[in-house]
Order: sequence, then C-alpha cells, then structure tokens
Amino acid sequence: MDRIMLAHGGGGKAMEDLIKNIFLKSMGNEILNGMEDAAALNIEDVVPSLPDSGDCRLAFTTDSFIVKPAFFPGGDIGRLSVCGTVNDLLCRGALPLYMSASFIIEEGFEIKKLEKIAGSMAKTSREAGIKLVAGDTKVAEKGSVDGIFINTSGIGVIPPDINISIKNARPGDAVIISGTIGNHGMAVLSAREGLEFESPLKSDVAPLVEMVQNIISIKGAVKVLRDPTRGGVAEVLNEIASRSGVGIEVWEEKLPVDPAVLSACDMLGFDFLHLANEGKIIAVVAHEKAKDVLEAIKKSRYGEKAEIIGRVNNSGLVTLKTRFGTFRIIDRPFGELLPRIC
Amino acid sequence: MAGNGENPEIVFRGKNVSVKLRALPDSVPVRIMEVCGTHTMAVAKYGIKQLMPDTIKLISGPGCPVCVTPVEDIDQIIDLAAAGACIATFGDLMRVPGSFSTLSKERARGRDIRVVYSPLDALEIAARNPEIQVVFVGIGFETTAPAVALSIMHAKSRGIKNYSVLCLHKTMPQALRSLLDGGAGIDGFILPGHVCAITGIEPFEFLSKEYGIPGIVSGFEAKDIVESIGMIMKSLRYPKVDIQYRRAVKPWGNRQAQEVMEEVFETSDAVWRGLGLIKNSGLCIKKEWAEYDAKNRWSRWKRSPFAMKSGQVEGKDHKAENRQDSGTRQKSTQFYSKCKCGQVLTGTIEPFECPLFAKVCTPENPAGPCMVSLEGSCAAFYKYGTWKINVRRAHHG
Ligand code: SF4
Repeated sequence: MDRIMLAHGGGGKAMEDLIKNIFLKSMGNEILNGMEDAAALNIEDVVPSLPDSGDCRLAFTTDSFIVKPAFFPGGDIGRLSVCGTVNDLLCRGALPLYMSASFIIEEGFEIKKLEKIAGSMAKTSREAGIKLVAGDTKVAEKGSVDGIFINTSGIGVIPPDINISIKNARPGDAVIISGTIGNHGMAVLSAREGLEFESPLKSDVAPLVEMVQNIISIKGAVKVLRDPTRGGVAEVLNEIASRSGVGIEVWEEKLPVDPAVLSACDMLGFDFLHLANEGKIIAVVAHEKAKDVLEAIKKSRYGEKAEIIGRVNNSGLVTLKTRFGTFRIIDRPFGELLPRIC
Repeated sequence: MAGNGENPEIVFRGKNVSVKLRALPDSVPVRIMEVCGTHTMAVAKYGIKQLMPDTIKLISGPGCPVCVTPVEDIDQIIDLAAAGACIATFGDLMRVPGSFSTLSKERARGRDIRVVYSPLDALEIAARNPEIQVVFVGIGFETTAPAVALSIMHAKSRGIKNYSVLCLHKTMPQALRSLLDGGAGIDGFILPGHVCAITGIEPFEFLSKEYGIPGIVSGFEAKDIVESIGMIMKSLRYPKVDIQYRRAVKPWGNRQAQEVMEEVFETSDAVWRGLGLIKNSGLCIKKEWAEYDAKNRWSRWKRSPFAMKSGQVEGKDHKAENRQDSGTRQKSTQFYSKCKCGQVLTGTIEPFECPLFAKVCTPENPAGPCMVSLEGSCAAFYKYGTWKINVRRAHHG
C-alpha cells in the first residue's frame, strides 16, 4: 500500500494506522500522542516565565495552504504550513506555543510524499519551538482536491508590554525588510511552470522566531510587523499606510532583490514587489531605534540581507523613489499574477 | 522655458550611468512616441517623463498587442471555449474584456482555458491529450509570431492533429504609417527593441525616407530609453532610423525567425481596438497550413463561432455592426464610446485628462483599450500613479 485511499479517512483501522505510522511517528509529543478529541493545554507552563503574566494576551490565528507544486525548491507545503502560522503569530509580537494541523488529502496521493511532508512539518515546528497538539485528516475523492491541502491554526502568548499593530505607523518611522524580496513567489512559479533560469531560485520559507524575539525585546522600537506573503511587499506597505493613515516612501536603491528574481521578473513582466515571501518580515520601527533593530535582524538567522528601505510620511501615498530620483506609486496587486509574454 | 539659444540639459544618473540630454531650441515641443508595451511600462516605472524638460513630450502609442485586440476577437475566443475547445493562451489575455465576459471569468465557469508560456507548451498539451482540441491564441507582434509559426510546423512534423492556432497577430510598421497619415504630429519614434530584433530595421526605414522622421530602436532599461531620446533629438535635423539597442538588435534582424514566419504566415488586414481597420497590419495563416488554422478547422464544427458567422471570414468583415448576435453583447463602437484612447494614443491628452480615468475606468474594470492590459498607456499611468504624485505636488507646493 503506497497510496492514500478513501479508507484512510474513514475513521477505522486504516486511519489509525496512518496517523500512528505517519503523523505521530514524526510529529508526536506527549499531548498529540494522547490522541484525545481535544488537546488540554497547560498555558501556565509557559506564561509564568514571562513577567506580569496576568497582563498577557493570547494570539490566535489560522491559515490554509494550497501550493502547486507541493514540493518546490527551498521547501514544501509542510514547512510552509508551519511557517505561515508561526510567522502570523510573531507579527502580533506573540511567542508561538501550540498549533493544530488539518490535512485534506486527495485519494491516490503517494504515502511517501505524505511522510515527507509530515517530516518537514515536524522539523520546522521543532525549529520554531511550537508544539503540534491537534490534528485531523480527511481524504477526498480523486479529482476533488489537488493533491493535498493543509490548514494550520496556532496559539501564542503576547507579553504585557508589547503593542504591535498595523495601525501604529507614524510619520518619521523607519521601514525595514528582513531580506531579499520575491524569492518564494518566483521559486514556486518557476517550479510550477517548469521555467528555468540561469541560477536556480529557492523559496525563502522559514520560521522567524529568533529574529522577531530579538527585535521585540528592544524597548519601544517595533510598532508594526507584517509578513509580506500573498500580495507581497506592495500589498503590505499599502495596508500599513491605509490602516495607519500615513504614507510611505521607499527607496529603490535599498531594496534587496536577488538578480535571478529580478531578471525573471523582467522576462515575465512581474513586479517583484507583488511576489509572495514566506520568510520575511516588514517592520515599522521608531526612527531612533532603526539602526538597533536592523543590527538585531542582521544578527538573527535568515536576516543577513536586511535593509532599511524607506520612511513613513504623511502623504497618504506609498511611493517609490527610483534610482534616478523620480517617483512612482507602489500599487496593490490585482489578484492573480499573470505573466506578460506578448 | 526653452528660450532661444537655451539648451535645457538633463544629466541622467543611475548606477554607472550619466547621460546628457539636450533639447533643441528650435523644435518646441518635440513629440516623441514609443510604440511598445514594455517601453510604456518602463517609461512609467522609471518615471522617465519626470526627467524630461518641458520641450520634450513623451507619448505612448498603440504598442501593446493586448490593448489593440478588438472586443470581437475576445468574444470569438470565448465562443471557441464554449464550443468545447481547450484554449491555450498567454496570461496577458486573461483579463481582457470582450463584450460580455473575460477569459478569467469563463475559466471560473468551467471552460478549459489554460495559461501557457509558449505556443510549444500548448502543442505539448495537445500531444499529451489527444482527446481534446487545443487552440492556441496567437497574439502579439513580430516578437511572438515566430514561435507560433514554429509550433505549427512542429505540429505537422510530429503529426499532432488536435492542435490549431487562432491567429490574431499584428505587425507594427503599417500602424505607424496610419498614425502619421492620421496627423498624429509625431517628431520621432522610439522603436520596439524586441520587434526589431526579429524584423531588423528595414521595415521601419520608411519613417525617415518617406516622412522625414527619425526612429531609434531602443532597449528597455531607463538608460536605454533616455539614450534613445538623446539620439532622436540629435537626428531631428537629419532623420534616420538607427539602433540604440545594439547588444540585441542587428540591422537585418533575425533571418531564421523571418523565414519561419514567412513559411507559415502572410500579411492581412487587421482591426485594431481604438484605431480601426488598418491595411496590411496583421498576419494570417497561409492556405498551405490551413489545417492548423483554428478559423478553418472550427468553421466545420457544428457549434463553432465561425460557423455561426458564415460570410465573416478572416477579418474581411469584422465590423461589429454586422454581428447577428443579439442581447447582451455590446459592440465595440458603443462599448468605448466615451473612451478617449484615440486622443491618448496620439498624445493629444494625458490619460488623467480623460473624464473616465480612475473613476469609471480602472484596470479591474477597463472602459477603453488603453486600460485593458497592464502595458496600456492608461493602465501604466494608473499603476505607477505619476498623476497622483503630480497632483499632490501641485497641492502641497
Ligand atoms: S482612461 Fe479608460 S476610457 Fe479614458 S482614455 Fe484611458 S482607457 Fe479610454
């Protein structure tokens, strides 16, 4: 038996075997192994380690992952589904604690692949220090799902003195990006379409726990944190500007981009600011702390290429100052990215 | 500002670039048109208009093949999909509105419409799925046409029977001629680098020879475009057609690609959205290859859009008025009646001077051809929002 069958979602012996042999084997821990209907979480285990635990808040998030292909250069849907939830928690300043994972698997999906995905989820969650405590598996008839879909939800704790929100940007603040832009979007696209470029592109998918913990410990520095996933940097900058009621000026020269991403974008007519990232954050920080935050990011894993890319102003517009000193608007992407060929 | 003897000069600095641009005082203002979607985008993206002195006016002509594809052609593709064809197309076309729908919407309705990166990908789809009829939508200027011709030749040599091409290709030179004859008042052309890489410069030499206007084949970096503008300014007095983009364009073009095109295609008249019918400005598939011509193949099918319109073959009778379809289908003439693209494309007005711009007409909901594809003049203007910045500057000093 090397493929998923409908029986694997039927709630009987086959399903139990699948859970034990695939999921628990790699992802198991004392809570998950209990195989209860719901996980009983001991939040006190974690919260007392924080000061004033009474003022802590919980952060809770959910996200679904559909990616074609499920395995792409630099990662797979498993790693992606953990990082997505972990990074969303981090963007509220929360310490990620627990997560759940639900799988919807197409009948006929190779079990070897599932094993690989589970293994990569286990590895990534260990790296991120988050515990997988609940899960679910459904098998859908062939053709009704494209391979595998994963939903993850996560809970984290926000320490008392943290106030990070998309509404907090103020004129004068600095805007920082934690590394090169567009790698994930372009890597997945080229894997899906079989496009080949001179230097192979890799997704940046990564959990940014260390980086974010390092910067939120700098007092009074970080005001906004966002991960520029779907819609890319352009979307996040526009969201920040409109929700905070400010403008943002970005400097083209400072934007970190891999040359390979840039030339692929040129070829296909994409704007790299519209491409998805899965291991980057955009931080809006108090002007006087910008250097400290940049240093902290650069010292963290996945942050070597961080840059201060712009400044918040009161123009109400998100603009790019080009290398030639001219200006243009950074617009929000319109849904699906379609390549331009002709 | 360009008083006598005063030469406004721009020093253009990028990484390792410094170009000086001098406007001639005796030709004010000089009107320079680019006719390539990629140039339109680059001009907007790099803010090149902001670098120009008042004496140089940059105009975006009809350079985007998607924008100039008439509503009826889009309808035809949608009808083909409805008739059961698997449509393979460049992504560019997906959001272009026909008279009643778009390919994106039709795909969501369950039609088999697939985005491909090359006609050879479409041919592969046909080879792997002999049970379906794949129609590739051949769109674009001379840049995309050779690969489409090649796909037809491959289909024949590999004996792939379920592949055909809906040929909507257009060619640039006659369109420029028609603009000039229409009195667009252009002083110089920035010529499309990708097109000329295939055709060479010979098809464009009539510009200087017949109309006394310089044309410079330009690359796509900001530096290339500014340099080309400089070359145009220099050759205003003694016009010639020349190449700035020497790293990619040979004066004779790409002979191999030309041969492939000549083998499969011949010139035909074509309808341009916003400009109307232009003689000899399109390509159609030669009789010898009729088997691979979707118009031919599908006319024999029962529910085919071509069968429905007997008497309307090969672009001879494309006039919207003649369509028998009733009901929801709008005709291109009504559809765009308030659109000012004609004036935008000839540089009479800037996109934001059109009353519909950004209010009624947006990239999500285009009311005119220039807004249809990302590379249209209005769309590029909208996307990079030069107008917003300028308006704000004016307000805030
Ligand atoms: S803004 Fe829209 S309606 Fe106005 S000229 Fe441009 S495309 Fe036409």
